[in-house]
Amino acid sequence: MNHRFRTTASALLAGLTLGMTGAGALAATPAEMLATYTAQGGSTASAARGQDFFTSKHGKDWSCSSCHTTKPSGEGKHAATGKLISPLAPAAHVERFTDTAKTEKWFRRNCNDVVGRECSAAEKADVMAWLMSIKK
Amino acid sequence: MKIQLSALAVLALSSALSLADGSTQLPTDNKKFQQECASCHTPYAPGLLPAASWQRVMTKLDKHYGTDASLDAASTREISQWLQAHAGTYRRVSEEPPQDRITQSAWFLRKHRAGEVPADVWRRPMVGSPANCGACHANAAKGNFNEHEVRIPR
Repeated sequence: MNHRFRTTASALLAGLTLGMTGAGALAATPAEMLATYTAQGGSTASAARGQDFFTSKHGKDWSCSSCHTTKPSGEGKHAATGKLISPLAPAAHVERFTDTAKTEKWFRRNCNDVVGRECSAAEKADVMAWLMSIKK
Repeated sequence: MKIQLSALAVLALSSALSLADGSTQLPTDNKKFQQECASCHTPYAPGLLPAASWQRVMTKLDKHYGTDASLDAASTREISQWLQAHAGTYRRVSEEPPQDRITQSAWFLRKHRAGEVPADVWRRPMVGSPANCGACHANAAKGNFNEHEVRIPR
C-alpha cells in the first residue's frame, strides 16, 4: 500500500511540477517524468514505438536522430552547428531527465524542428520509454 | 550632447584597441548566456554584432537560423539586456550585417578572405562552417580571437 501510495504521490507531484513552466530547475527523476507523460497520454508507453518515432522523419528535414544519432547512449552532434551533444540515454548521462523545465524546453523546441508542432504526452512517453531502456 | 559624444568616442576607442590586435578578450562571461546559447553553438561574443542585430536575434528566437531556440520570457529578457550592454560599438562592428550573421559582416569576410583562409578550409570535417569559430580560434568561447593563436585544423 505504501509503495503504491508513494508512486502515485510522486507521479502527482511530477504532474504538478510539469505544469509550471519556466520556473527554473525542478528536480525530478526520469521515472517520474515517464509516469507523468504516461498518465497524461492515457496509454501504456511503448519503447518500440518511441524508437520508431525517434529515428523517423516527420515531414521535415531532421529526425531526432539527425542530432542525437540512432544510438543515444553515445555522443550526438548538432546537425547545423556541429556542436557535440552529450548522450541522451539516462544510463549514459545521469543528468538527463532530472530537470523538468529543461526537459520541457527541449521537447518543445526540438519537436517543433522535427515534427513541426509540439509532441503529445504519449509521444514523449514512448520516446522516454525507449531512452530509458537503452543500456550504457 | 558633447559629453555623450566624447563618452562614445572613448568607448569606440577602447573597443578599437581590443579588436585591433585581438589580444583583449571580449566579454562572454554571463551564466545564462553560456547556459542557453552555448548549448548549441560557440557562445558568440556580443561585441561581434551591433545592438540592433542582437535585438532582432532575440525577438525571433523561435525562428533562429533554421531552428526553434525559444526561451522563457525571463531568460530572454536577462540575456537580451546583457547582449545590449556588451554589443559591438567599434565602427566596423556598428554596421548591421545581412541576416544579422556575424559571418556575413564586412570585417569578417575581409579577415577570412581567400588569401587568408583557403576556401577548402571551411569544408574540412573539423571546421564544417564559418560559424564554428572554435575550430581555429581555440579560445573563441572566452571571446579571444587573437590571430597569433589561430591554428587551422588539417
